[in-house]
Amino acid sequence: MRKRLVLMAAGFAFTGLSQGVLANGWNMPVGVTDVSREIHSLHMIIFWICVVIGIVVFGAMFYSLYRYRHSQGAKATQFHEHTTVEIIWTVIPLLILVGMAVPATATLKTMYDASEADLDVMVTGQQWRWRYDYMGEEVAFTSNLATPRAQIEGSDAKDDSYLLEVDEPLVLPTGRKVRLLLTSDDVIHSWWVPDLAVKQDAVPGFVNENWVRINEPGIYRGQCAELCGRDHGFMPVVVKAVEPEQFDTWLAQRKEAAAQEAMGVDREWSREELMERGEQVYGTICASCHQPDGSGNPPAFPALAGNQALMDDREGHVETVVNGVSGSAMPAFRSTLNPVEIAAVITYERNAWGNETGDVIQPSAIAEQLSD
Amino acid sequence: MASHLPPKPIAQYEETASGGLAAGAQHAPRGLMRWLLTTNHKEIGTLYLIFSLTMFFIGGIFAMVIRAELFQPGLQLVQPEFFNQMTTMHGLIMVFGAVMPAFVGLANWMVPLQIGAPDMALPRLNNFSFWLLPVAFLMLLSTLVMPGGAPNFGWTFYAPLSTTYAPPSTTFFIFSLHLAGISSILGAINIIATILNLRAPGMRLMDMPLFVWTWLITAFLLIAVMPVLAGVITMMLLDINFGTSFFNAAGGGDPVLFQHLFWFFGHPEVYIMILPAFGIVSVIIPTFARKRLFGYASMVYATASIAILSFLVWAHHMFVVGLPLVAELFFMYSTMLIAVPTGVKVFNWITTLFRGSISFEPPMLFALAFVVLFTIGGFSGLMLAISPADFQYHDTYFVVAHFHYVLVPGAVFAIMAGVYYWLPKWTGHYPHLRLSQWHFWLSVIGVNLTFFPMHFAGLAGMPRRIPDYALQFADFNMVTSLGAFLFGASQLLFVWVVIKCVRGGEKAPARAWEGAEDLEWSVPSPAPLHTFETPPDFQPQQH
Repeated sequence: MRKRLVLMAAGFAFTGLSQGVLANGWNMPVGVTDVSREIHSLHMIIFWICVVIGIVVFGAMFYSLYRYRHSQGAKATQFHEHTTVEIIWTVIPLLILVGMAVPATATLKTMYDASEADLDVMVTGQQWRWRYDYMGEEVAFTSNLATPRAQIEGSDAKDDSYLLEVDEPLVLPTGRKVRLLLTSDDVIHSWWVPDLAVKQDAVPGFVNENWVRINEPGIYRGQCAELCGRDHGFMPVVVKAVEPEQFDTWLAQRKEAAAQEAMGVDREWSREELMERGEQVYGTICASCHQPDGSGNPPAFPALAGNQALMDDREGHVETVVNGVSGSAMPAFRSTLNPVEIAAVITYERNAWGNETGDVIQPSAIAEQLSD
Repeated sequence: MASHLPPKPIAQYEETASGGLAAGAQHAPRGLMRWLLTTNHKEIGTLYLIFSLTMFFIGGIFAMVIRAELFQPGLQLVQPEFFNQMTTMHGLIMVFGAVMPAFVGLANWMVPLQIGAPDMALPRLNNFSFWLLPVAFLMLLSTLVMPGGAPNFGWTFYAPLSTTYAPPSTTFFIFSLHLAGISSILGAINIIATILNLRAPGMRLMDMPLFVWTWLITAFLLIAVMPVLAGVITMMLLDINFGTSFFNAAGGGDPVLFQHLFWFFGHPEVYIMILPAFGIVSVIIPTFARKRLFGYASMVYATASIAILSFLVWAHHMFVVGLPLVAELFFMYSTMLIAVPTGVKVFNWITTLFRGSISFEPPMLFALAFVVLFTIGGFSGLMLAISPADFQYHDTYFVVAHFHYVLVPGAVFAIMAGVYYWLPKWTGHYPHLRLSQWHFWLSVIGVNLTFFPMHFAGLAGMPRRIPDYALQFADFNMVTSLGAFLFGASQLLFVWVVIKCVRGGEKAPARAWEGAEDLEWSVPSPAPLHTFETPPDFQPQQH
């Protein structure tokens, strides 16, 4: 009776464990690309190899511990060497490893073949957002965390995609081979989407390569995987995979919108327009370091509110935003923001939180400075 | 306690009434100066162990802060800046302040006793090596109150986060690591000199206890890689303060170079933290199985193989950094190879148990838990070696689970096994049996509750070093945090056991454990301040 109970309990434990462990949310996702499926199966093969070895090794160990108890009067048998046995248990693991290395090598070769891509996307890590540049298409944008501060601080209920949601996802076509070119503007980041089985470091000064061909439309969420400073945990990656036709339509719309924005550079902007746009840019780009109220986080991130030195030096302010401050965390925004955004955010900073310079910086002036 | 009733002590010494540490110290300075100036290997060993235990608790408090913040999703207790300081300081303190000095402390106490030497070969150097450490770690801890806060870039301090983007306190961090590194190198030189020169007459290298062997190999690893660490942090220092661009891409430098250099140090470093553990376990298991270690020679060769391979696997920490295909393949194969000698060790331990006469005193409990749980860490290590799969595992909690399995129920349990094993020799008393057993079982339960769910969190997609996480990771994190609090609290019990044991308890004879055979068991318990002033009569076992 007792034996049967034990057996039943063991049976339940095993099925419970295997179902639990293999169920979604406990295990590596199978993912939606051929590569992710291959990686998942490699993962499961090596996992089961470990389980089998574990059962044998721990079985032998616990048998010995139970069978040869001193308290039960066991007498030790003195033997301490056996060359044949030692050769066997060196060779067998070696053979298992060779068996494992063969499929792993094949998968790795596939993963490293980024040739003949249909689309190139430049992925740039910045503290703490991703910038996506559809190369040759004149479409580029940054993708920022969209989870409201109130949810993080606990005053609002957290929604299902808490911390894994962005203002603008990376849109990719299904069925096409997309080459990802990864780099960084500041520290090392790592772009990771588990369902795509792509994790690749974005290293400043280097361009890394990876690729993805997504089989199913859907929204796939991931995160920055390499510690990149304060908001490393708040730097999600969201990929929206759509049918190719839908993708082409979307890309055409984005191109159109980009062209519109470029035309806006030449016209005269009102202070209100600039302030409105500037507040939005500040909120997504600057606030994470300099704080929403401009109070900064000295010494690394100076305050902007009430910063008299900065307010007295309008040219210096523009220079700082456009070219950054070398040797500090302040990046150059000349290539990541357009002239409208730069003009708007500087106008905003010089007229918000009690800063009352009254300055209005026109996009055309910034454009002129950038072209010098 | 009946199970370890020992045979009569084979006393080479008169039992002293005054106890080990105090005995024979009349001629030496008293009070604080005694500890500041001591050149005695036992006293310095004690200092190392106390220092290490202190650091273990400070690093542990940082871990508790981390786990409290991660108990639930959302930011509750600390801000991300401080969270990053906690993960960084936890790692640095535990690696350089707790685990490494604990092994050095055990080596100081036990290597001379196990080889029949009167002391370490270079006693004054020994004193200096130790006293560098409190200075180094006070300086490191002081960064917590500096403007801009403590280092916040992880214990691996990848550039340029640790250079261009680092807080001003980084320079202090570099200096403290330099001091700790000098201490390690000097300690390693001392251990090598002791082992090679001061063995009892007739003791060949292949007669040494495995703890001595593993430490000899570890010491060579230290001498080989600590200068590399010194080099890489000096390059950081120059980048930060003198305008060089070793790791600054804007100046023509290479951030990936940092990682190559760091891991060329870092991978041997992780074996520095595990090889002496292998040695302790290889000494304890035969004692309580009452049977000689199976495959002594292959244990030595396996240790040496692991040490040599450790120089050839560093870039498996960098599989997603953008290495060329051939490098990925080379480092995948070399890493998989490490499983072979490591497997040999595990098989040898289990075969030592086979047909033995096994009892389960506290040191044995910890040693057995080490074998099982270290092997689980080895399995996840094997999985991580599979480079394509590592593209999913890398920088997730799966990795955190892996290295905590090999470091906590691995290295730390081995240290505790060693402490329980040798406490009777150090204090003359057995540690309290019931309390030791409580400490063991609470630690085993706590450690598994803490680290096992991390495997699932990592596979499900949770990155390391984040102060807040998506909702699907909430259950795993709550279990992990509860386990961590249990494990942390159980260690207070350990302190109590140790203090209780120092102050009294069941008297231990010279040979405190029935099956113990090495030379340390031929001197009285507690060991007098000076031992083996005349070399012992060493009779090698027949191989």
